[in-house]
Amino acid sequence: MTLWHQVLDYLSVNGEDVRSAVLQHLYLALVPVVVAFVLSLPLGWAVVSYGWVRHPLLTLTSVVYTIPSLALLLLLPGLLGTSILDPFNVLVALTVYSLALLVRSTADGLAAIDASVVQAATAMGYRPLRRWFAVDLPLSLPVVLAGLRVAVVSNVSMVSIAALVGIGGLGQLFTRGFQLGFYMPPILIGLVLSVAIALVLDALVVIAQRFVTPWARVAAR
Amino acid sequence: MVIRFESTTKQYPDGTVAVDALDLTVPSGAITVFVGPSGCGKTTSLRMINRMIDPTSGRVLIDDVDVASERPARLRRRIGYVIQHAGLFPHRTVVDNVATVPVLSGTPRKEARTRAYELLERVGLTAAMGDRYPAQLSGGQQQRVGVARALAADPPVLLMDEPFSAVDPVVRHDLQAELLRLQGELGKTIVLVTHDIDEAIVLGDHVAVFAEGGRLAQFAPPEELLASPADAFVAGFVGRDRGYRGLSFATAADLPVEPVTAEGTVVEGLALVLDDGRPTGWRDPDGRLLPTEGTHTADDSLRVVADLALLSPAGAAIRVDAAGRAVGLVRQTTVADVVRQRQRSRLAVGAVGGSAG
Repeated sequence: MTLWHQVLDYLSVNGEDVRSAVLQHLYLALVPVVVAFVLSLPLGWAVVSYGWVRHPLLTLTSVVYTIPSLALLLLLPGLLGTSILDPFNVLVALTVYSLALLVRSTADGLAAIDASVVQAATAMGYRPLRRWFAVDLPLSLPVVLAGLRVAVVSNVSMVSIAALVGIGGLGQLFTRGFQLGFYMPPILIGLVLSVAIALVLDALVVIAQRFVTPWARVAAR
Repeated sequence: MVIRFESTTKQYPDGTVAVDALDLTVPSGAITVFVGPSGCGKTTSLRMINRMIDPTSGRVLIDDVDVASERPARLRRRIGYVIQHAGLFPHRTVVDNVATVPVLSGTPRKEARTRAYELLERVGLTAAMGDRYPAQLSGGQQQRVGVARALAADPPVLLMDEPFSAVDPVVRHDLQAELLRLQGELGKTIVLVTHDIDEAIVLGDHVAVFAEGGRLAQFAPPEELLASPADAFVAGFVGRDRGYRGLSFATAADLPVEPVTAEGTVVEGLALVLDDGRPTGWRDPDGRLLPTEGTHTADDSLRVVADLALLSPAGAAIRVDAAGRAVGLVRQTTVADVVRQRQRSRLAVGAVGGSAG
């Protein structure tokens, strides 16, 4: 039986498992990005607005990123008081990693805005909060969304680690193949689906980017 | 809308005095230019009007109301603001840029847009440009959009901070002429900041010259600035050729004009050649035709006449009527007499009344 037939065979028997693994994978990868994205906006704003926040916060994000993901997954239950098999640990860990990436890109995006445009907005009679949402945020989006692409893709790959601490997602297909003595079909399926998910989500962010920043493409010409 | 500075001072925490006890009344419905070298406090003074900067002491009043008593955002919506490089919102179309302040003030977006398209045509753009993004326009066009945006809410006061200094000289000249044309229609109270004394003289009904340390060196109409600078700083800043440049403010209409006769006009051995009444050149005794080097009308300035008199091979500037037909001549000697009389009477007034300004 060729590998291709083995893969099809595996899918016909375990199709339901693979499907739920994909859904679980998406859930574990995307929820942290969304949470981190929302949190990165005020943090990025703080970095740009208050000089003294910049250094400690950005250093912290770099340090956080150097913590091995497996170590963080094993540490978190102790810190959060959750059970080791709780998917919440994975959500928190990936939120921390995504946030470390996104705070930097949000701060960079906000810092890259032409100061005269912000000043003009203030002089037009924008109050600070409304100005932030109407001018600062949209103008930072090209850089912020570039950061979001990196965060989405890296999350999709990192979720696989969760299988090592017994939590679902496509990583489980790898561990299963490993336990079955390097049985290739689940490993291959997990690999292909994982890459495919990353590509599709990345494409979705790019499409969203084109949709919300049509002006940026005009300016680049 | 009269804007009054009352011993307005801005001192920064490091001790730098940007504006030093400024007392100044900006007249209503006219263009007042703040001019001076960089770091003289002219932009700081401008920004204290719309509370982008608050003074450390003293007050700024608009029509006798202290601006400090008003909420900044609301105050600013009643004051148009134009900056260098226009400061347009790159993520909004031109028409939405122009509609900014009306929308902020609660005008329905559709209505604000309709008016914004009209405004674009008013500042010399086309309605079709309204759907583009600012990056798709040239620097001069962006600056026109900046002016349209500042005018959108029809504010009585317009503040312009170095509005034309980022564009090339030809475009700058167009924009200046456009501003004067618009002001002729609108009659706003305009305060314009520039470091370019020539721009100040072209645009200003009144010019405030600022010196280093935020001191007001002189506040006067441009003509007076050129004729009688208050001190050595102003004289130095106003620059060379101020006597000649001052002639821009005198009209040619009052000059005595020698009539052009039907049987032929000869000046310094040159005969004026007319074709159906229009001057075509000067014929010298050897029969060669020399160019006229241009003509002027009664609406031109004394500066134009003086320039033509200098350029003319006969030493006479040719006056024409609206149809371009020669009606008379103004000789160099006549221009020199008029200029001398003018300067003598001005300086005599200065000597009797003490220092001018």
